[in-house]
Amino acid sequence: MVVTARVATAQIDVQDWSVWYGAVPALRAVNLDIRPREILGIIGPAQSGKTSFLQSLNRMTELVPAFRCAGRITLDGKDLYRDFDSQDVRYRIGMVFALPLPLPLSIRENVTYGPRLRGERTRTRLEELTERSLRAASLWEEAKDRLDRPAMTLSGGQQQRLCIARTLAMEPEIVLFDEPCSGLDPISTAKVEDTMVQLKSRYTIVLVTNNTKQAARVSDRVAFFLMGELVELDRTDVIFTAPRDPRTNDYVTGRVG
Amino acid sequence: MDPATRRVQAADRQWRRAELIQRVAFALLFIATLLVALASVLVMGLILIRGAPWLSWEFLTTMPARGMRAGGIFPAIVGTLELIGLTVVFALPMGVAAAIYLTEYARDNWMNRFIRLAIVNLSGVPSVVYGLFGLGLFVIFCRFGTSLLAGALTLAIMTLPVIITASEEALRSVPQSFREVSHSLGASRWQTVRHAVLPFAVPGIMTGTILGISRAAGETAPILFTVAAFYVPRLPHSVFDQAMALPYHLYVLSTQIPNIPQAHRYGTALVLLLLVLSLNVLAVVLRARFRRKRQW
Ligand SMILES: Nc1ncnc2c1ncn2[C@@H]1O[C@H](COP(=O)(O)OP(=O)(O)O)[C@@H](O)[C@H]1O
Ligand SMILES: [Mg+2]
Repeated sequence: MVVTARVATAQIDVQDWSVWYGAVPALRAVNLDIRPREILGIIGPAQSGKTSFLQSLNRMTELVPAFRCAGRITLDGKDLYRDFDSQDVRYRIGMVFALPLPLPLSIRENVTYGPRLRGERTRTRLEELTERSLRAASLWEEAKDRLDRPAMTLSGGQQQRLCIARTLAMEPEIVLFDEPCSGLDPISTAKVEDTMVQLKSRYTIVLVTNNTKQAARVSDRVAFFLMGELVELDRTDVIFTAPRDPRTNDYVTGRVG
Repeated sequence: MDPATRRVQAADRQWRRAELIQRVAFALLFIATLLVALASVLVMGLILIRGAPWLSWEFLTTMPARGMRAGGIFPAIVGTLELIGLTVVFALPMGVAAAIYLTEYARDNWMNRFIRLAIVNLSGVPSVVYGLFGLGLFVIFCRFGTSLLAGALTLAIMTLPVIITASEEALRSVPQSFREVSHSLGASRWQTVRHAVLPFAVPGIMTGTILGISRAAGETAPILFTVAAFYVPRLPHSVFDQAMALPYHLYVLSTQIPNIPQAHRYGTALVLLLLVLSLNVLAVVLRARFRRKRQW
């Protein structure tokens, strides 16, 4: 099997990024950078703007009619919202949702959904993509004999790994995870976490999590969001042992949120 | 009697009263339901008993004879089936397209609210008005003449509100998350509709379409001025030909032809009834099957 050696090199810079839904502010002037092949963890209480931030990165927020934004997000220096087509952005920056959301299709059809819509018709290429993506998502061994069975026959944890495979099949550089384990049991969670750590060698990962321990386990750097503001961004060990902001300290020690 | 006992007795009386009211209400509702069922059983039973003996292969497959007092009703059956087919051809694509526009694309502005209102009103228009509308637009203005084409277009317009409403409902019942997933995988809006929404709405759309068509298939007024022929000695050769149709044929047999065996009329009514009923049953079966197979 051909394993493409392509690794993520893209650099994302977020400058004074603000988001509103109608008149309701969701993010206020966020500044941060996302480096190639890191796992950037994002933590913060509910409603603090984590999802809004994450979905700003692949322009999913634009699907909300009342969405407004200000500021700039650049991908390798080019404006994400001006210099790119939104479909291309979502193709390069994939995302995995909180709940496992396979489409009611077969396992194979789920994995090849993105590539097929991009016009990929070659059977061998699709098969190769399916195997590679499922391997990368640590699902190949469990799924290889039932590729044409409905995705809904998989367990919850397997379904979430299928969703990861489906995102990887688009060969993105950056993968966004939005609380990917919130619906999973501890064993499935551990598998998904392993998968993410393995992916790091080739992909850039942004992981929103409501589980601070998870952020501590897998991230290189951690950003703490509170009420639409980026309070602090630093190396994981710094955030968890010596944060600069007392609000960060309160949150990671479990005193609030 | 001490106050506590009195309170208990009062509560008891109140409870009995509530129970009585409940029983009476229940009985009334049951009787109402029974009456409805009874009416439908009576109508169908009568037609079945009087019409069934008249049914024969010959009745279904031969042309009318002796001034339509004898022979079969073959051309009327064929005409109705052709009308049904053509109506679906016109109404389904347009209805589904409209439903997709309304659910997947339309924003909530005055024009789209107006469109919705128009569709709702369309379903309240009496069928004879559709007939006259079809006469004016398709038969006369478009110069299609009294023809299968004009009739099917008229029936299509009459069926549209049903198809649009059912399709809208079917599209809306597809979870929003499917759309989000599809977009997140780089799909365009249309690709999302085409691959992540429409396939899962097909059962609902089919059910709605069949129900709409089955209603249209039994209507006389819309075809009266647009397609129906009193009698044509041959089957239609093209969509520009007139055609006989079951509802109108039944009307003709019942009012225009004296000295005709009663059973001939009942037989015709039974065929029409069976046709419409089997469409309805098909719709119900389809819906039940897809409900059971549904995975989300
Ligand atoms: N689609 C939306 N429409 C309107 N308001 C929204 C929408 N999504 C999020 N919000 C609002 O934006 C704020 C941030 O929400 P979100 O980004 O989902 O935070 P988190 O992911 O941290 O819970 C909240 O006040 C929320 O109510
Ligand atoms: Mg969220």
